[in-house]
Amino acid sequence: MMIKYIYIFSLLLIANSIAGQQVTKSTYGDVLLKNATVHTVTDGTLNNTDVFIKDGLIADIGNNLSAGRNVTTVDCSGKHIYPGFIDSDTRLALSEVSAVSLTNDFNEIGDLIPHMQALTAVNPNATAIPVTRVNGVTSVIVAPTGGIFPGTASLIDLIGYTPEQMDAGFRGVIMNFPSSARRGRRDSRSDEDIKKAQDKATKKIDEVWDELALYHKIDSAATGNSKAHIKYQPEMDALLPVYRGEFPLMINVSKDKDIEAAINWVTKKGVKAIFIGVSEGYRVADKIAEAGIPVIAGPVLSVPGRAEARYDVAYANPGIMAKAGVKVAIRTGDSENVRNLPFNAGFAATYGMGKEEALKAITINPAEMFGVADKYGSISKGKVANLFVSTGDPFEMKTRLTHLFIKGWNVPIESRHTLLYNEFLKRSPGLED
Amino acid sequence: MPGIIDAHSHIGLDVVNEATDPNTSNVFVGDAINPFSVSIYRALAGGVTASHAMHGSANAVGGQCETIKHRFGVTDPDDMKMDGAPRTIKFALGENPMRVHGEGNGIVPRTRMGVEQIFRQGFAKAKDYMAEWDAYNANPSGAKAPPTYDLKMETMADILRGDIIIHCHSYRADEILMLLDVLGDYGVKKICFQHVNEGFKVAPELAEYGAGASVFADWWAYKFEVYYSTAYNATILTRNNVTTSINSDSGELIRHLYHEAAKTQRYGDLTDNEALKLITLNPAIQLGINHRVGSLEVGKEGDVAIFNNHPLSIYAVPQMTIVDGVVRFDINSDPDDMRIDVDPEAKISSFIDFHSGAEEDRCMQDVFEYFNDRK
Repeated sequence: MMIKYIYIFSLLLIANSIAGQQVTKSTYGDVLLKNATVHTVTDGTLNNTDVFIKDGLIADIGNNLSAGRNVTTVDCSGKHIYPGFIDSDTRLALSEVSAVSLTNDFNEIGDLIPHMQALTAVNPNATAIPVTRVNGVTSVIVAPTGGIFPGTASLIDLIGYTPEQMDAGFRGVIMNFPSSARRGRRDSRSDEDIKKAQDKATKKIDEVWDELALYHKIDSAATGNSKAHIKYQPEMDALLPVYRGEFPLMINVSKDKDIEAAINWVTKKGVKAIFIGVSEGYRVADKIAEAGIPVIAGPVLSVPGRAEARYDVAYANPGIMAKAGVKVAIRTGDSENVRNLPFNAGFAATYGMGKEEALKAITINPAEMFGVADKYGSISKGKVANLFVSTGDPFEMKTRLTHLFIKGWNVPIESRHTLLYNEFLKRSPGLED
Repeated sequence: MPGIIDAHSHIGLDVVNEATDPNTSNVFVGDAINPFSVSIYRALAGGVTASHAMHGSANAVGGQCETIKHRFGVTDPDDMKMDGAPRTIKFALGENPMRVHGEGNGIVPRTRMGVEQIFRQGFAKAKDYMAEWDAYNANPSGAKAPPTYDLKMETMADILRGDIIIHCHSYRADEILMLLDVLGDYGVKKICFQHVNEGFKVAPELAEYGAGASVFADWWAYKFEVYYSTAYNATILTRNNVTTSINSDSGELIRHLYHEAAKTQRYGDLTDNEALKLITLNPAIQLGINHRVGSLEVGKEGDVAIFNNHPLSIYAVPQMTIVDGVVRFDINSDPDDMRIDVDPEAKISSFIDFHSGAEEDRCMQDVFEYFNDRK
């Protein structure tokens, strides 16, 4: 075993500079998970239950399922099965080392560039992918940032050798709503400059929407007319599915007043929207609920945006919105530490959301928001086999994953972090040799 | 449990970096304490009773640090200080001093070779300085004038005398070995490496030297020198008998160090007691205050954190935090006026969107402001 690790490790050292980190290969085949406590999310918790994985799907759930030929059986007595977690906003695989700017592929130049596709820049060999999935995160939204319309986000599964293989189908156009907030501690703009920037951006999004309305008319009229030719306008092409309600507009908005303004704007334009961030949602939760807009909240592990806010508002925010009737998903917004998603959900659970709602916020709720609940988000017959087996509650740090399946692939619980652990826990040669 | 101790923090400081020279051993962060900073209260609300208020990592030899007790409510900056705590100083290796001074100012160090020479030069000159003073003091009434007093040299000399504990920002294994070599040459024993992401690679060497390691639970890949990290670092160091702590370096992480310590049970197999030591007794040892705080023992100072659940559980909520026997945080008495809006006249309300802009780690606070101001 050790020799195998050393061999893999030395291969890694050679391959790292080119292709990032590879780990042991995943295997594919029919697997019967026996006698687990199954946390279905949508159909309660089932004790001593079997889950049968076939052809990449959850083929059956029940008691005493029998394994046919060529089926691997795994005894899961005393263990738990959960659906794979979904992080609803990340920069995973879009950034390798954030301080090295040329490894960052999520922030293109321009204010109006919704045609920039995050999926294009996904590096299937990013070192952080195995690091993330071994904590039970099996799918993530990859989303561009910056500007007003920075690009189009995609939902990806954390397995595959090409972006196309990882693509889970969903698209959403990202928008940064005109903000009246300071961007971090070092934002030294005057109050007047912030107001000016906000007004300018507000004018811009209205202009874009007016132009889009016109583009929609022209495009509709041209459809079916073989002689009609519409000039290349990639921005409008990218926004058209949003205008027609085929993709949601995923709107980053944080501050209470800005959230209210965004609700008004979305309502007025009749846009199908999902809000992201919403760190002051707790101040206007009823209004968000009334507007029926789903929210991707988080990171939960963050400081309040105001010095005068209660110390725990960031922990409590998802629960407050959920209690008000908002459909809430949870994000890390991270790149290399998306693995902390279950802990973000755990903090939300502890500070008012409750375990069950917090679990939904990283499984079925995002699946529903992204229109993929027929395939993702719960342990249900016919859904994609994105799931894991654990020794206990996956929000608890002490809990270990023992098996991980993504699209039916049996993925090793292995990453650069575990490989380095195996290599260096007991160094050989040590000091003496 | 005992009050949590953070061996690496910048909360409650007005300024962090005096980024004007590769050696600023003559400055003191203790001169820049802001007792009104709400981040001190937030840390208390996470059970943290003491922290090591550190100079930043812009310089190879940074300023002297201050061990503070979280006596939120006092108004005199001096009342935050933990009287009698040993003196400490910040050193820094790698990218930060290289990019500030080498890339930024065009002076040494631009490489890890240059960083080494800043230390060697500092210690060599301090030895000469000590010799000059020794010669003078041997015959103070003689004809010779006293040597010129130099606070930088005084500080470096005090390190050589063993009066100051070095806390060194570091990441890579090679640079850690380099500093151990330098310190070995000058007989300096008191050293705790900070961050030390690649400490796991040289754990036997750290243990043999008696160096401490104060690490992040899981931060990695945010810059190139932490690309080859592992979240199992704390476990590997502990299993190799290195005195290890988990720190925050962040006004966010400091609020849940109990959660950060618990990650060693996901990434490794530390027992509950070993994990709790990472945020109590071990940081106390690294700061030289373990005879006063860091464990619940008769005779120690009354620094206590009370939780409603096992502190290593995700479901733990700090209920009460006591510093020197005074209840400074009580979840049942947490009035809004603990937190005061600092600028009631602002037209734009005080909300800051921390997730929309690039936030540097606070180790480099004041450095970019410095670059901007002088352009």
